[in-house]
Amino acid sequence: MILLEVTKLSKEFDGLRALDGVSFTAEGGEILGIIGPNGAGKTTLFNLISGIYPPSGGEINFQGKSLLRLKPYQVSRLGIGRTFQIVRPFQNLDVETNVLVAFGHHVYSSLWKSAGPFRQPEIQKEVRALIDKVGLQPYFKKIAKNLPLGFKKRLEIARALALQPRLLLLDEPSAGLRFEESAQLMELIRQVRDQGIGVLLIEHNMHVVMDLCKRIVVLDHGSKIAEGAPEEIRSNSLVIQAYLGKEA
Amino acid sequence: MFLSFHLTLHPLRLKVLKMISGYLITILITILIYAMLAHSLNLITGHAGQISLGHAAFFGIGAYTSAMLYAEAGFPFWISVPLAAVVAGIVGALLGIPCLRVRDDFLAITTMGINFVVEAIFLYIPFFGGAMGIGGINLPKWFGREMTKPEYFFLILVAFVLLLLLDRQLGRSWIGLAWASVREDEQAAGAMGVDVVRFKVLAFILGSAIAGLAGGFYAHFLTFIMPQNFGFGQSIVILCMVVFGGIGTRWGPIVGAVILGILPEISRPIMEYRILIYGVLLLAMMRFQPGGLLGTESILSKAFRRTFNRLSSSG
Repeated sequence: MILLEVTKLSKEFDGLRALDGVSFTAEGGEILGIIGPNGAGKTTLFNLISGIYPPSGGEINFQGKSLLRLKPYQVSRLGIGRTFQIVRPFQNLDVETNVLVAFGHHVYSSLWKSAGPFRQPEIQKEVRALIDKVGLQPYFKKIAKNLPLGFKKRLEIARALALQPRLLLLDEPSAGLRFEESAQLMELIRQVRDQGIGVLLIEHNMHVVMDLCKRIVVLDHGSKIAEGAPEEIRSNSLVIQAYLGKEA
Repeated sequence: MFLSFHLTLHPLRLKVLKMISGYLITILITILIYAMLAHSLNLITGHAGQISLGHAAFFGIGAYTSAMLYAEAGFPFWISVPLAAVVAGIVGALLGIPCLRVRDDFLAITTMGINFVVEAIFLYIPFFGGAMGIGGINLPKWFGREMTKPEYFFLILVAFVLLLLLDRQLGRSWIGLAWASVREDEQAAGAMGVDVVRFKVLAFILGSAIAGLAGGFYAHFLTFIMPQNFGFGQSIVILCMVVFGGIGTRWGPIVGAVILGILPEISRPIMEYRILIYGVLLLAMMRFQPGGLLGTESILSKAFRRTFNRLSSSG
């Protein structure tokens, strides 16, 4: 089942083409890797899907609904969760409250419902379960800014999962992590996939990408230069060129 | 009994006591109104994280609304003051919707501009009484007579307590949570389903309405208002109280209002250099105690916690 369909998506920043006619589809229960050298347009792609800025051209469809013109809060309410390349937890709130904020996604549309209390036993239980799932239970009441980077990244994933998403956009989740931390995170992403959630994964660590993804999209200078299974990507001459440069 | 006996014997003393109590109640009412103002600014700046350098504008809009409805249109106090809150809230919405879409640093300048424009409108448009201001505003009537000042003090106090209860309720609601997320990180809040602009505007409307209510109470207490009561300096005084007491805390702004409200009454020199002293205090707080007197990281809070821990461990 096709979850996300991106068609000829383009974005220009003051004449600079950050993204140029990129098309691909993503499905539920699948981890789609998105790789490419720095400046290839990977994060721009995420920002377009999540509504941070509007595309210059093209179309984004999520479960048959166009995401063009939608604001970030509307996109997230439809069931698209995301993490950020440079982590942005709510720094001065504790772990529990960080996750709680996202649980409100279904009440924020109504001012009346928003006036109700957020401490409800069922929600409390779900928050706890989610924090257990990402392995942050010992840090339940810790202020987010005091957590090490690896935990902040997990917190961001817990927060995104609290949206009960159908699609998760993960922007370099393993960057800056030690090997074991990264391995734990990958296990978590696998679990998420096994729940049937679609995952778009931007990642620089080739081991991680090759290991996790059945399908990979390669971007370079804003264009898609390859798409396929890890083996095909590894031997694709365009991809090798993009990463290593042209032979002299 | 003893006191009344004493007083009947000394009519001169009675007069002096009356003067002192009259002075005292005037200060108490002034501080209470400042506390309400600081509390309302804290909603916008503390809870939702939106800087406002023009809060006195909404204080003024409330005061002028109430004064004109009462003195010119003949509405009773009990209608003019609630309407002051409504009008200030509506103007807050109209100004807030475009302003809150701009970046933080622009918001500071925009709100400052609003303050100057509002003050100028009161000053230069004859309809609002110009530099002469508006007079003939009285304390409210009840039981067929005018309220005494102590009674008026308790009336405002009751209103303020209700507002604090509302604040507590908001703090426990999804609205409070959404405000906290907006204050921390707008982009991340948006990614969590929080309609950032809407919640910012909500805080602005509520804060403006409460400032308008305080303005209504203020007009009927002063009985005479002028544009200068609601200038940029007044906005900075309110902001100082919030920052001094502890921005974002429930009791901090009130403590700030009480301390900074009493300070000028203690001595004349402080009164004369009030704005200078407030400015220095503001800078010092920003440098050494950015969380304010009651902020979680302040010396005072830490001392409280230490004492509490010692007491609870020894008991």
